[in-house]
Amino acid sequence: MVETLNRSQTPREWLAFALVWGAAALVTATFCWLLGDIVWHGLGHVSWTFLTAPPENAGRRGGIGPILVSTSLILGVCLTVSLPIGIGTAVFLAEFTSDQSQFGRMTRRSLDILAGVPSIVFGLFGNAFFCKTLGLGFSILSGGLTLACMVLPILIRSTEEGFRAVPASYRLSAAALGLSRTTTLVHLLLPAAVPGLLVGLVLGVGRAIAETAALIFTSGYVDRMPESLLDSGRALSIHIFDLSMNVSGGDANAYASSLVLVILLLAINGIASAVTTYGLHRKIVRV
Amino acid sequence: MTPAEPITGPRSRHPLEERSPCRKPQSFMEIDRLGLHYGEKPAFQDVTLSISKGRITALVGPSGCGKTSFLICLNRLTDLIAGCRVSGRITIDALDVLAPGTDLIQLRRRIGMIFQKPNPFPLTIRRNIEFPLREHGLRDRGQIIQTMETTLRDVGLWDEVKDRLDSPALALSGGQQQRLCIARALALSPEVLLMDEPCSALDPLSSGVVEDLIASLRSRYTILIVTHNLAQARRIADYAALFWIQNGAGRLIETGTARQFFEEPHDPLTAAYVSGMRG
Repeated sequence: MVETLNRSQTPREWLAFALVWGAAALVTATFCWLLGDIVWHGLGHVSWTFLTAPPENAGRRGGIGPILVSTSLILGVCLTVSLPIGIGTAVFLAEFTSDQSQFGRMTRRSLDILAGVPSIVFGLFGNAFFCKTLGLGFSILSGGLTLACMVLPILIRSTEEGFRAVPASYRLSAAALGLSRTTTLVHLLLPAAVPGLLVGLVLGVGRAIAETAALIFTSGYVDRMPESLLDSGRALSIHIFDLSMNVSGGDANAYASSLVLVILLLAINGIASAVTTYGLHRKIVRV
Repeated sequence: MTPAEPITGPRSRHPLEERSPCRKPQSFMEIDRLGLHYGEKPAFQDVTLSISKGRITALVGPSGCGKTSFLICLNRLTDLIAGCRVSGRITIDALDVLAPGTDLIQLRRRIGMIFQKPNPFPLTIRRNIEFPLREHGLRDRGQIIQTMETTLRDVGLWDEVKDRLDSPALALSGGQQQRLCIARALALSPEVLLMDEPCSALDPLSSGVVEDLIASLRSRYTILIVTHNLAQARRIADYAALFWIQNGAGRLIETGTARQFFEEPHDPLTAAYVSGMRG
């Protein structure tokens, strides 16, 4: 219900209204200012050539072609690894452990702590473990795996919520029809849990695609076109960081790259919600 | 689950004798000293009852006296509930239901269940019936379609949905959903149907339709129905059983043919209950 102010209200209530509205306005204004600034400065530089050409002169000129390729490869590695592990763990937590189980509680607790660990710590871990111990060096593979570790807690917890949101009556009626646990899981629970999974995916991918600190130590800086997953590759966010911090005269391309990043994020969000709305109708039909 | 004690007496009859055609209703399901605990709390205790084949047995009594808990022991849905212990013995046609090695998938195929709230899967009407059939190994397309049409006709839904089999099951009305759930259970050709207040979440009209449907399934299926609606039990049941809470746990107070149960109850509690003075 929306309340409106009228004359009979006390100054105290006026103050409360002003504070609440002020806070909301501040948040919205900050977002609009940020987005407006990026669009204003970046839009003029974004073109097909910019999206496909390699960077020149340390990124001051040229485009972001190889960087987009590296970014998608890193993201691809991250998702290939984190999706199966994430869904598996979520299924385990939601369907195979009770709330009282010691192991389930421990897993949940550690995931919650992991979700709050600063990304630079993941970067150092990735550097020590993937780059050095496993000998993968500064590579797209190291970067993607590090991102997978970062994304997993978010992905698992929201997928688990997705499973928990499925009404218990599905499980009961499926069991009463003599359907096995696996069948119930694959054909009923999993499709019904997809909205939760997608929320986790969007949050996770959002975190991954915007990640800088964890990638500096793992996938490296090199801005040429990667030839394999073991090549070093520069992610979009690192490119933006480098252009704005280390390269004088790189601001214009930094803005343009930021705009591309924001558009990518919005596109991923859009696709995910479209999948929830339309794609699911093949399996699960809601009214 | 505590191991069932060995039994002697009328239950160890020759299996062939059970299947032979017989005008008198045969005892088909034997429940012996059945009890169920949720953790330390008993839901019901010491229920001994035999269920006649092809008849409708109504379980009546106030809320919380263990009727639903009793029902879900029979198809072992109790296995899904953490901390739930069942004791006693249930035999269906010589099959020991509570034995640890019992094939639950086969058991639940033989014993269908209808819940209080209609719970079709969030799939199309067609998939709701087809999916369990396929999972139980029926692959033949023609046979699946045949079964779907037969069962939907059995529940009187065919004419209402035949033109929109591919629309969502959840778009149906409550009564239609409940009939779809019954069709879904019938498609697996069960011998027993457990019904947990199947009409109580429906409007009076739909409730009447579902009630007529249940009555029409008599003799083809052995039906156990939990109901709070005494008038309904009186209309459709062949046998009736009264559950009541005594000393903190549900108990079976009286059982008998519907006529005897409603007209000449032996137990004063039953008499008070059916006359509307208690419960």
